[in-house]
Amino acid sequence: MGAANTKERILNILFWLSALLIVGILIAIIGYVAVKGVSAISWDFIFQAPSRAGKEGGISTTIVGTLYLTLVALVMAVPLGVGTAIYLEEYAEHQSRFAYLVNLTSETLAGIPSIIFGLFGFVFFVIFLNLGWSILSGGMTLAIMVLPTIIRTSQESISSVPVEYRENSLALGASKLQTIRKIIIPSAMPGIITGVILATGRAVGETAAVILTAGSSLGMPILLSDPARTMSVHLYMLAMEGISMERAFGTAFLIIILVIIINYLANLSLRRLSHSLR
Amino acid sequence: MTNAIKLKAQDVKVFYQKYQALYDINMDIQENRVTALIGPSGCGKSTFLRTINRLNELIEGTAIKGQIYLDGKPIYDKDVNVVALRKRVGMVFQKPSVFPMSIYENVAYGPRIHGIQQKSQLDDIVERSLKLANLWGEVSDRLNSPAVRMSGGQQQRLIIARVLAVEPEVILMDEPASALDPISTSKLEELISQLKEHYTIVIVTHNMQQAARVSDYTGFFLNGYLVEFNRTEELFVNPRDKRTEDYITGRFG
Repeated sequence: MGAANTKERILNILFWLSALLIVGILIAIIGYVAVKGVSAISWDFIFQAPSRAGKEGGISTTIVGTLYLTLVALVMAVPLGVGTAIYLEEYAEHQSRFAYLVNLTSETLAGIPSIIFGLFGFVFFVIFLNLGWSILSGGMTLAIMVLPTIIRTSQESISSVPVEYRENSLALGASKLQTIRKIIIPSAMPGIITGVILATGRAVGETAAVILTAGSSLGMPILLSDPARTMSVHLYMLAMEGISMERAFGTAFLIIILVIIINYLANLSLRRLSHSLR
Repeated sequence: MTNAIKLKAQDVKVFYQKYQALYDINMDIQENRVTALIGPSGCGKSTFLRTINRLNELIEGTAIKGQIYLDGKPIYDKDVNVVALRKRVGMVFQKPSVFPMSIYENVAYGPRIHGIQQKSQLDDIVERSLKLANLWGEVSDRLNSPAVRMSGGQQQRLIIARVLAVEPEVILMDEPASALDPISTSKLEELISQLKEHYTIVIVTHNMQQAARVSDYTGFFLNGYLVEFNRTEELFVNPRDKRTEDYITGRFG
């Protein structure tokens, strides 16, 4: 009895420590980046365009480039991904060959390294479709890259909506589409949001595939056909080419803040959307 | 005291893949009466219930043969609108499954689906339905709170209110009291007796005392066959079939 109790207590402490470790790692990384980067950050750093390859000026164009590219990627990937998930869970017969094929494809896509997507985007969008290094080429490449994440998380959350909800809704005389719109999507929304947040993180953080498809121009991107440099690419350039470590950390710190803001906005807008569906 | 026949089942057979769940069910269900379906687990009584609102079709690989008539019109026909059928034939399931919305929204869900948008009209429907379900007094001051916070018995009555809001003619109940405590159960049975004035009710139950208390007619199912169907007093007092007698005297099941 006493021995079992001691064992229990030791395990308890070990689990607690591992949880604490996670929090510690997170705080250490963010803290380190913040401490090293905060001195570089000023209003000018945020709102001024870079000059002399980023040695001077700010990073405004790369912030715009990041937001633009991420937005284009999400606008394409979220409806497509959620739509695919709805098809697989609600319409396809579960044993059908086509459903199997789509599932296999999205699983395989999820495991492919991002540089391969970059190479494909470069050859297909940039060269073959002649879209050049542009927001559009980069956005589409990122969309394909994050699609599996969105499909899988949406699928999981849709399939975990209790079957009773569907039966009750249909038994009340709702059509399948009404049931999906008013019951299933709103109930699955927290899971869908998680998928979008993961996708955003991947899109914002991506470097190699973005250089290959959107380029690394420091100009302000206005049109979808304009090339752009994202903050992650800029960070990579600043650090790799020894331009300024302080500015690299400043950029890193802003990336973290931007991701938090994007996640918050994505959360808010998807919740609004799910409310308006009802 | 025979009424009009609301529902007529004719040679209904149901197959799940190769397994046959129901064999040639014939049954006349009277209007404004409570008909109970009893029998051991897996006997086909729930399957039969779900043929009446065509809910069995949702399961992949189900085939249904025979015909069911609602007010003399076949419900298994190419040109039957399933949505319209389910509006006329409501269903209360075994597990009270409230939608993750407010009490008000749960009741307003059906009417909204069927095109009612005006707030005052919805308010009226919600109030009337909750009153009919004997729930208004308990929840009228917290219509906007989440329905999941209600007790199990209240949730089941909310679901009945949600069904009533669509103004069905027939209400199917699939073991509606199986998850409820005795007090909630007796409230539910009282409600069923009130509702039969205006609705035709078909109830599946495991509980024979419940069938005897609430129903006017009872059908006994066994292994996919309807063994016996009669007035409830008759069936319980003078069962014609040996198997019915064995079941209601508790010799098996």
